[in-house]
Amino acid sequence: MIAATGGCASPFHAASALDFIPPAEMRALQLARLQATVRRTHQRVAVFRERLAALGIAPEDIRSLDDLSQLPFTVKADLRETYPFGLFASPMEEIVRLHASSGTTGKPIVVAYTREDVDVWSNVMLRAFAGCGLGRGDVIQNAYGYGLFTGGLGAHYGAETLGATVIPTSGGNSARQIMVMKDFGVTAICCTPSYFLHLIERAAEMDVDLRELPLRTGVFGAEPWTVAMRRRIEALSGIRAYDIYGLSEIIGPGVACECPAQDGLHIFEDHFYPEVIDPNSGRVLADQEEGELVLTTLSKRAMPMIRYRTRDITALASGPCACGRTLRRMKRIGRRSDDMFIIRGVNVFPSQVETALLAVEGTLPHYVIVLSRRHGLDEMEVQVEVTPEAFSDKIGALEELTATLVHAIDRVVGLRVQVRLMEPHSLARSEGKARRVIDNRSLV
Amino acid sequence: MKIRQLSLFLENKPGRLTEPCRFLAANGINIRTLTLADTRQFGILRIVAPEPDRTAELLAAAGYLVKVTEVVALEVPDQPGGLAGVLEVFDHSGINIEYMYALAAGHKGKAVIVFRFDQPDLAIERLNAAGVNIVDSADVYQG
Repeated sequence: MIAATGGCASPFHAASALDFIPPAEMRALQLARLQATVRRTHQRVAVFRERLAALGIAPEDIRSLDDLSQLPFTVKADLRETYPFGLFASPMEEIVRLHASSGTTGKPIVVAYTREDVDVWSNVMLRAFAGCGLGRGDVIQNAYGYGLFTGGLGAHYGAETLGATVIPTSGGNSARQIMVMKDFGVTAICCTPSYFLHLIERAAEMDVDLRELPLRTGVFGAEPWTVAMRRRIEALSGIRAYDIYGLSEIIGPGVACECPAQDGLHIFEDHFYPEVIDPNSGRVLADQEEGELVLTTLSKRAMPMIRYRTRDITALASGPCACGRTLRRMKRIGRRSDDMFIIRGVNVFPSQVETALLAVEGTLPHYVIVLSRRHGLDEMEVQVEVTPEAFSDKIGALEELTATLVHAIDRVVGLRVQVRLMEPHSLARSEGKARRVIDNRSLV
Repeated sequence: MKIRQLSLFLENKPGRLTEPCRFLAANGINIRTLTLADTRQFGILRIVAPEPDRTAELLAAAGYLVKVTEVVALEVPDQPGGLAGVLEVFDHSGINIEYMYALAAGHKGKAVIVFRFDQPDLAIERLNAAGVNIVDSADVYQG
């Protein structure tokens, strides 16, 4: 059951038992939990209660899982409008943790956890790691950022609960990451796939061949990446690279994760009930049909989410998986149904950049965001036109303007990006909806 | 006395420098001298040409980001220490030279350097007092 050293930990960890139960049993468990969640949320969250009342729905009307489709959606704007605590279903005395992620207006979205929620989170992250073949004896380097972002602590608790050795390196300081990886006998790493690509390059510069290290597993998430990029990572580093999915609004990382079959992400559906809908009509789609992922938390206490629209585009699959798990699977996330983009693990909306640019004198409200990938790292360049007033015959004055813009964007978005001053009228004007983001990141 | 210099904002990309030069040629404007200050992302093309205000209007109408700045052209003795002697005029004066460049054709066989001062009027006062020959703008524009 337990490997003496990293390398052959059993994927059948005791905590993973629910990964393998017959679908009928899972449905019964889901229905019971859904009914309890709807009742409790109705009782404790005024917004939800008012919405059900307006629709003439009572919690008792949820008699089957199909009845879920009668309930209204929850969207990101609901979290902003009720900022900070309006959707909490537990009193602060029962809440043991708050996290936050960025929102469109610069205001973050706040999410809360009770003791039980943290345990659920640890449980699903444990099952995610176990599904990637990790267990006691593994040394896991956690290079997700620790802080308000859910990635760092979510992975940390899961790996500790699994019984693995956790090294909380957090993000950044690549040379030290490589040193730790080499000297501490790291067998698995968690971070964004683009950061790992960067580490591969840094290792080569330091004459460290990752293929000769004990490192054999990567659990990568928090940004979209393709199968082709997975192949590249696996070939360059000699590891197996797994895709993990999650979002703060639901719990953080650990909503779904790949297994050794690497054929879709198993959703921990005893805690998160998935639906895929047509993003325009809201109609629930059948298995294999591509649409927007909608998630309902089945056990979350501090901040239950009923039919949360993730904006992530995927499709569900119910068939048996080669790994033996009966948990339904979702396709890797390739795109989102809104204009938000993720760069270096940070959610960015074009409107945030616009707000920052407009706060600085000297530029025209004509801008475009160009995303690219260089040396395995995501780059964001904001191209913006200069006003005649701001133009100077002195280089220094224009460089100062650039620096001011970089700082203004950093303040709102939380990222230092490139700013390129452009001639007036040099950026394409659109006749309809402006194309603010040009994404040249080839996910290869 | 002062010269009205044109500055054009240019994106740093291949071929970008040709366009304004071709535009001025098409309008029969003879560039007396030009210099390019560049960064990795953008450049500033500084031009001395006849009828600067009309030329600036033409450029602006053609969509260029253009600015007119006053600069001063000085005759500098074409011999060792010639420039150093002129620069000494500004020692302890509080006048800052933002940038400078040479006039391509010179003037009457002498070297001419174009200066962008932060305080051009004070600079001219000092230069006159020191007996440095300031080249007349008409001579600079027409050669």
